Amino acid sequence: MKRLTPYLLVLPGGLWLAIFMVVPMVFMASVSTQEGDVVNGFAQTFNVGVYGEVLGQYGTQFLRSASYGLAATAVSLLLAYPVAYWIAFRGGARKSTYLLLVLLPFFVSFVLRTVSWKFLLADDGLLLAPLKSAGLLPGDFHVLQTTAAVIGGLVYNYLPFMILPIYVALERVDPRTVEAARDLYASRRGAFTRIVLPLSLPGVFAGVLMTFVPMTADYVNAAILGGPENTMIGNIIQTEYLVNNDYPTAAALSFTLMAAMLVGIFAYARALGTENVLEAAAR
Amino acid sequence: MSASGPRSAGRTRPRGRWTDRLLRIYVWLVLAWLFLPIAVMIVFGFNDTQSKSNVSWQGFTLKWWGRLDEYPDLVVAVRNSLLIALVSVAVTTVLGTLMGLALGRHRFRGQGATNLAMFAAISSPELVMGASLLSLFISAGVETGFATVVIAHVLFSLSFVAITVRARVVGMDASIEEAARDLGATPWTTFWRVTFPMILPGVVAGALLAFALSIDDFVITQFTSGATQTFPLWIWGATRIGMPPQVNIIGTLIFAVGVAVAVLNAVTARRRGT
Repeated sequence: MKRLTPYLLVLPGGLWLAIFMVVPMVFMASVSTQEGDVVNGFAQTFNVGVYGEVLGQYGTQFLRSASYGLAATAVSLLLAYPVAYWIAFRGGARKSTYLLLVLLPFFVSFVLRTVSWKFLLADDGLLLAPLKSAGLLPGDFHVLQTTAAVIGGLVYNYLPFMILPIYVALERVDPRTVEAARDLYASRRGAFTRIVLPLSLPGVFAGVLMTFVPMTADYVNAAILGGPENTMIGNIIQTEYLVNNDYPTAAALSFTLMAAMLVGIFAYARALGTENVLEAAAR
Repeated sequence: MSASGPRSAGRTRPRGRWTDRLLRIYVWLVLAWLFLPIAVMIVFGFNDTQSKSNVSWQGFTLKWWGRLDEYPDLVVAVRNSLLIALVSVAVTTVLGTLMGLALGRHRFRGQGATNLAMFAAISSPELVMGASLLSLFISAGVETGFATVVIAHVLFSLSFVAITVRARVVGMDASIEEAARDLGATPWTTFWRVTFPMILPGVVAGALLAFALSIDDFVITQFTSGATQTFPLWIWGATRIGMPPQVNIIGTLIFAVGVAVAVLNAVTARRRGT
């Protein structure tokens, strides 16, 4: 009985994960090679050709998603690092208060935050209208429906996922190592680039992973803040599944997206050393 | 987290001061940027607008607070969100606590696979999880609705509860449980009188996190909800036709409760010294 205990404890949750995460992947693969339509039903025809078709048809959106994801990740990293650094090294006794402030947006629904930005950035909205009437911006200036708006929205919505892991890594850096470096005549810059930065890299790696994946698969920001020229692969998948009910196309697209991401994650882990990424991910 | 130490690192060198000041201003600018759309959301819940669109400031009013039930489908959506959160949190808390206990206290075969599955559930994009769940439900002929949303919400919050409880179990002194057993307590009594009270803060933290994740979720919910509306789904549907101030107020209330719980949690944690 005693030896069975851990299995009995893990079983319900483990089964839930297996049945609703692993099994659905198999069904998604199966749906992707079916043919038919929602009225007459779908039949399994092992139509592997669908993968070539969707890649040909939506290659642009795949590439656009990847480049938006990369750009937004890079901007997030640049924005987040100084914030995480300041909270970890200068936050003092109020570190947890600052962290709570960073997490504030998460207490408002994701869609509502994004809609709020749409409202703020509207052509005659709170931010642009005053600047336009003051003559600081041309009358036809607009932010919505541009690439910048979508990337800005992505950065806004996922920034805490970048700040937190970097903060956790920086918080672990013993300030005495920095003091030792300074005592040994390292410059401030030298102490940072040779001591603090290398020690914080696991946090950076984790942050990049935790922001790039959801940003690339996002469709809410492109749908609310972007225009027809900003369609990401997530928008296509969402439309094919929920509006057009073209399940095989949608499933093939999601499967391709997932495979591309897995390959990307493994390449990333290999390039950085698996231990670094796994250690960071395990936290 | 410790509040000691790192503060002194840059204080001794006067040369660093202006960069510190600059960095401080920068951090507050980022925080202001993070808070800006939330402030707008809160303020426009008090806007005396005439139309449904609520885009320009017309003066202060409290009238929308009395008309929260003006849109019956919005009321239904909010009620669904709360019910889904309550049911999925109940299931998640039980399953996640058991997993956390097993992972924190025992060594067993399949532990690596369990960890991997939990990591996958946390790191897979919601879009892929939602799409694959929908594929399963379509193939199995299950009609999507309230139950399928609950299934999905348990799926994505389970790992978070398990990890929170595991952290608590690992940090707990096992000799106290041994002492209880040595004094003749049955395993059942030991669990409820010793183990459970000690891991309770972890269980509560995990449950709160699961509640927050559930009530805010959009992507997986959209894929698994069928005709069932939730608060975020209702907002999505309303973006094209304009957002009534009631949405701002409900958003503000959820925000206020979330912040209050987080602050309370931080304060009690500090008092307990954990």
